[in-house]
Amino acid sequence: MIPEIGQFSLILAFCFAIVQGTLPLVGVWKNNAALSNLAVPAARTQFAFVAIAFICLDYSFYANDFSVLYVASNSNSHLPLAYRLAALWGGHEGSMILWVSILALWTMAVTLFAKSLPETFRIRLISVMGMVSIGFLAFIIFTSNPFERLIPAALDGRDLNPLLQDPGMVFHPPVLYMGYVGFSVAFAFAIAALLDGRLDITWARWTRPWTTVAWVFLTLGIAFGSKWAYYELGWGGWWFWDAVENASFMPWLVGTALIHSLAVTEKRDAFKVWTVLLSICAFSLSLLGTFLVRSGVLTSVHAFATDPRRGVFILMYLVVVIGGALILFAWRAPKVGLGEKFDVVSRESMLLTNNVVLVAAAGSVLLGTMYPLLMDALGAGKISVGPPYFDAVFVAIMAPGLFLMGLGPLAKWRKASLPEIGMRLRVAAVISLVSALLVPLLMGKLTLMTAVGVFLGIWVASTTLILLVNRIKTRKIATPDLVENLKGIPLAFYGMLLAHFGIGVFILGVTLVKGYESEQDLRMDKNDVAKIGNLEFRFDGTQEIAGPNYMSSQGTFTVTSNGKPVTVLQPEKRFYPVQGSVMTEADIGPGVIKDLYVSLGEPLENGAWSVRIYIKPFVQWIWAGAILMALGGILALTDKRYRILNKKAAKEAQDALEVFEA
Amino acid sequence: MKARHKRFGLIAVGLILLVIATVLITKSFKSNLVFFFTPTQVEKGEAPKSGSFRIGGLVENGSLKRLPDGLHVQFKVTDTAKTMLVEYKGILPDLFKEGKGVVAEGKLNAIGVFEADQVLAKHDENYMPPEAAAALKAAKDAKAKEDTK
Repeated sequence: MIPEIGQFSLILAFCFAIVQGTLPLVGVWKNNAALSNLAVPAARTQFAFVAIAFICLDYSFYANDFSVLYVASNSNSHLPLAYRLAALWGGHEGSMILWVSILALWTMAVTLFAKSLPETFRIRLISVMGMVSIGFLAFIIFTSNPFERLIPAALDGRDLNPLLQDPGMVFHPPVLYMGYVGFSVAFAFAIAALLDGRLDITWARWTRPWTTVAWVFLTLGIAFGSKWAYYELGWGGWWFWDAVENASFMPWLVGTALIHSLAVTEKRDAFKVWTVLLSICAFSLSLLGTFLVRSGVLTSVHAFATDPRRGVFILMYLVVVIGGALILFAWRAPKVGLGEKFDVVSRESMLLTNNVVLVAAAGSVLLGTMYPLLMDALGAGKISVGPPYFDAVFVAIMAPGLFLMGLGPLAKWRKASLPEIGMRLRVAAVISLVSALLVPLLMGKLTLMTAVGVFLGIWVASTTLILLVNRIKTRKIATPDLVENLKGIPLAFYGMLLAHFGIGVFILGVTLVKGYESEQDLRMDKNDVAKIGNLEFRFDGTQEIAGPNYMSSQGTFTVTSNGKPVTVLQPEKRFYPVQGSVMTEADIGPGVIKDLYVSLGEPLENGAWSVRIYIKPFVQWIWAGAILMALGGILALTDKRYRILNKKAAKEAQDALEVFEA
Repeated sequence: MKARHKRFGLIAVGLILLVIATVLITKSFKSNLVFFFTPTQVEKGEAPKSGSFRIGGLVENGSLKRLPDGLHVQFKVTDTAKTMLVEYKGILPDLFKEGKGVVAEGKLNAIGVFEADQVLAKHDENYMPPEAAAALKAAKDAKAKEDTK
């Protein structure tokens, strides 16, 4: 019964999405208030029905209802409850339910919080989001029904893939999707503005907080995913340039370009057409990511040919959404206007370079990701693009952009002076150059890559601090009190500082772990000691333990440094009987300076094991940097200019608009 | 310098940088393409003599041998038509099993043994790596063609 309610709710949600996505647009066009007023109630009802469907499906997981095919394929009665509930997004159909639920959630948020927008604009916005929803609901209902019954019911489920049985599974997909799907709001803002034919400073001010929220989620989602891969895949990598990872990274790059371009549009009324294009691109890449990850095209383009319905559907949908948006863009963009002019050396030009760099980086990732798929589809043979391509090209493209990150925020709008910026940054330049030589020497080896990496990391971080000092200095005329001065700086500015500082921390982490990690594969008998640097790893043997739904051989390693105890690590080799699969669970001793990482390979004779031991210096800085970026985004949001709930601001915006219209 | 000249200079610099970037990207891209060959193709000598490539197929049953140091392994990869010997030093992935699909990346050494520096098995129990599946299919198709002749 419950699954049928869920299925029925999905169909109703689809009907309401059609209402939401079409009638209000007609209403605005024909000036028919009865039709345009449908937008908000239709969107909210759609949300309610999607939520019911989501709850019904998750209830089936909770209740171990193995008469539902999807539940039987992705869960098992022995699976712990938290993973049963998260197993909803463990497969294709459920991920789509998560996608459409989060889209409905964002739409709901727009109906609740975007009250300051002019009525017609708000209706168009909600309606465009309805259109996006129609496609995904149709996709689920016609090709990927998660409520399909299995008759007769299975005695027990086939279990969730053991790789996914991890706390990361509970948080990573929803957070990542919040980011992915969140760009649909920026997309809807852009489409609504194109339909409106008006795009000004107020438009940018409305769009910015929504885009920033999505970006914060996406940043955290990617960071979670990377951390998860690091400890769960068992082999110590944190980024593989895998197509699935690239699928989430491309929208992030373009989204980052977008939040910067929006800043220019808001502050200077410039980059208008470009901002709209970026909004469209960011969401298009999100859709492309969904297509790559969800159509089965990655496992094989031939699998795609044997069950073409899903892939063809998403492909058609991509063409309609992206193509439609771009046609609308080509038709209406001239009306939007290019915006204010600026000098060759100015903050605008630096932000433009930032945008070009980020988009070029996204383009190079796109090339590396899609080329093998295209070649395979054309029958030109199986090819893969190696990670060295991504490493080399990505670093080469990003490096100049990261250098400019130091200059940009100090440059004045419209026209800046390079000598003046140079004077301000000379301390940072010296510090960065000295560290670029000193840090690698201290770590034991100087290479070009580490020197450049350390230089850029310290450069970005130190210029950010100088920016703060500079900001205080320029205020000092008003009050000499430091605390007062710090308080007087808007939160958004601190947000920017924190996010940029996070980039610096991230670069240092990446550089040092890439340059100085050490890896050893060893055969270890019981009581063998492996000496790595000044650390000794003693293997104390393994013991058999039983988990809730697995058996495990747990090894114990006592780590000492020159005889003094450091930590005890207990990596496991787990066996999950339901799927008959083996999983390596690494154990990690995390630290600010370095991580100690031990994995069990395979059992050899007489209680010996093959063992892999890593020392990963500064690897935690990678995720610390990402978290700082996200915190920066959150701080920027709390700035009073963007308080979407602020009634006064809402009224002011409305008044300003009335003046504008009059 | 007039604003127009400045703008022209900027565009010129931008274009030059763009050309350099494109050349570098293309070069790096070409040198990092890893091609895939089936054991049959390797036997025919189609695979590069030096340089990395990928092979794929099934791990032949009973072929997995571990050398006494516990870290060097040897196994045979087959596409059901031809078989090749692979050597690898390191820990095999969790899903590596005899009779299951596998993809390995590495080089041929002087005596024609494939020295893998990476063994990939990023698939679940049911699913075959696409390259491995392609290798089996190619061998099957070739056989069918033989039979009809």
